[in-house]
Amino acid sequence: MSGSLFLQLLVNGLIVGMLYGVVAMCFVLIYKSTQVVNFAQGEFLLIGAWTCWWLVVDAGLPFWFGFPLTFLFMLAFGVALQMVVLRPLIGEPIISVIMVTIGLSIFFQAITKWIFGADVEPFPEIFPVKSVDIFGLQVQPAYLMSLVVSIAIMIGFAWFFKYSRMGLAMRATAFNQQVAQSLGISVKAVFATAWAISAMVSALAGVVVGMVNGVSGALSFFGIKVFPAVIVGGLDSIVGAIVGGLIIGVLENMAEYVDGQWLQIGNLYTVAPFYVLIVILMVKPYGLFGTKKIERV
Amino acid sequence: MGEAALKLAAADEPILSVNNIEVVYNDVILVLRGVSLDVPQGKVVTLLGPNGAGKSTTLKAISGLLGTEDGEVTRGSITFMGEEIANRSPEEIVRRGIFQVMEGRRIVEDMTCLENLRLGAFTRRDGAAAIRRDIDMVYNYFPRLKERTGLAGYLSGGEQQMLAIGRALMARPKLILLDEPSMGLSPLLVKEVFGIIEQVCRDLGVTILLVEQNARMALKVADFGYIMESGKIVLDGAKDDLVNNEDVKEFYLGGDKERKSFKNLKSYKRRKRWL
Ligand SMILES: Nc1ncnc2c1ncn2[C@@H]1O[C@H](COP(=O)(O)OP(=O)(O)O)[C@@H](O)[C@H]1O
Ligand SMILES: [Mg+2]
Repeated sequence: MSGSLFLQLLVNGLIVGMLYGVVAMCFVLIYKSTQVVNFAQGEFLLIGAWTCWWLVVDAGLPFWFGFPLTFLFMLAFGVALQMVVLRPLIGEPIISVIMVTIGLSIFFQAITKWIFGADVEPFPEIFPVKSVDIFGLQVQPAYLMSLVVSIAIMIGFAWFFKYSRMGLAMRATAFNQQVAQSLGISVKAVFATAWAISAMVSALAGVVVGMVNGVSGALSFFGIKVFPAVIVGGLDSIVGAIVGGLIIGVLENMAEYVDGQWLQIGNLYTVAPFYVLIVILMVKPYGLFGTKKIERV
Repeated sequence: MGEAALKLAAADEPILSVNNIEVVYNDVILVLRGVSLDVPQGKVVTLLGPNGAGKSTTLKAISGLLGTEDGEVTRGSITFMGEEIANRSPEEIVRRGIFQVMEGRRIVEDMTCLENLRLGAFTRRDGAAAIRRDIDMVYNYFPRLKERTGLAGYLSGGEQQMLAIGRALMARPKLILLDEPSMGLSPLLVKEVFGIIEQVCRDLGVTILLVEQNARMALKVADFGYIMESGKIVLDGAKDDLVNNEDVKEFYLGGDKERKSFKNLKSYKRRKRWL
């Protein structure tokens, strides 16, 4: 019995970890291309999920119409946020920018509570709730969908950065802004694109989580989970973000298992990732995948 | 402007014309004080001078990269194909057909050769097929780049320089600004790189403004040269005039005997300052 519980938690951990990885990727995307540590990453999920919820539930649009609209809204939202709030801060000390993103995070949490209330609102059922049986494990279809979406996003990111013109431009900008400009790349356009993609993909993750857990302010916890994930992976590594996300997701669930079976402390799963974070940073201060500067011999 | 410059300018309208520009960094540091130069279409023009003379600053003024270093053209004009481009954004200037290969090559080290080349084509809108053809063309000029599949940061200095030039070609520019391509390369590699620069210029009809400290090599490939010192052009002329000019011979091309004998101490000191 406890063996299958273990397996179930492991699978849950991997599925949630994939979502952490997706959100961590969004965070790294902004950090890499604009050098902004975005403490409002979790609120992107929140805003995305509420927007979609409002369009589908309050405005009564069919999901397959409201969902793309959410995307468009987040695109505009990301660009506007970058242009209005963050562009004037270019060249300001890092700590000022961090304070601003912390401010944004609090502001967005407050304003979504003010508009939508503090209760958990369920999404209308898009997918059947009945669990399906996969190799003896009970998996909710929404979880399966979440897994598929996460993998699709990751493949999309990989393709984008490897092959697309804008993806290459973003990498060049992350490498060195002056070099990017000498190639005719508009750094302003790159910054706006980074925020837009980050906002859209986070919103997607927000909608997915919202479908499973319902929409509420708790969604912004994802933003906090992202920190151990990206720091474990190395702040500037997309692959690291995914691996970090998986590690955190699995760890949480393993902590829950250990706690439930033997320790009975309760809530161990929320703190365990942070302990592991400390241990990993003691061994590898730049994270598992942090950039090492290329040294030619 | 020198007599030879006037003659050249009369022969064909220069594609680039820098007129009496003044450049200031951080609103206070005056670096260029009235620099003028002409670059005729399809020719190689070299800008020589000691370290700190303002050669790179001149190139950045043309390419618009000055803005990224808090510099500004505060007087004079820069016209490219008849249009004013001073203080425009680097994106706009690349789109207009000027591409600067910065000092120190500045390739994107955490990308492959191929990705660097594709980046060079960032501003192009003529389709993937044309870009692929040009990648093949660059590999033709620099066959050894094709064999390097790892990250560009691990290439040798010479290969990085080739990649930087190849990346510039990918933009299909009308004018390439080359800043010290010989820096840090072995004499043999310098020869190879300059040979290709000459060939590219001939094959593609690209105009080149070449900044160098290696005057001997630069004057081999250039049609025309300017010599700059402390933010001013102090001498200009066609290649042969410069090569035969006594001062140039002494200070830039190295009168070997005099250098060894230290006979003329005053000019030895001046020479040292120039290097
Ligand atoms: N970004 C900058 N800010 C302030 N001063 C600069 C900057 N770049 C160059 N300078 C100054 O301008 C002068 C000319 O520099 P530069 O154009 O790099 O010379 P060169 O390329 O001929 O060696 C030098 O005195 C240098 O210190
Ligand atoms: Mg220089």
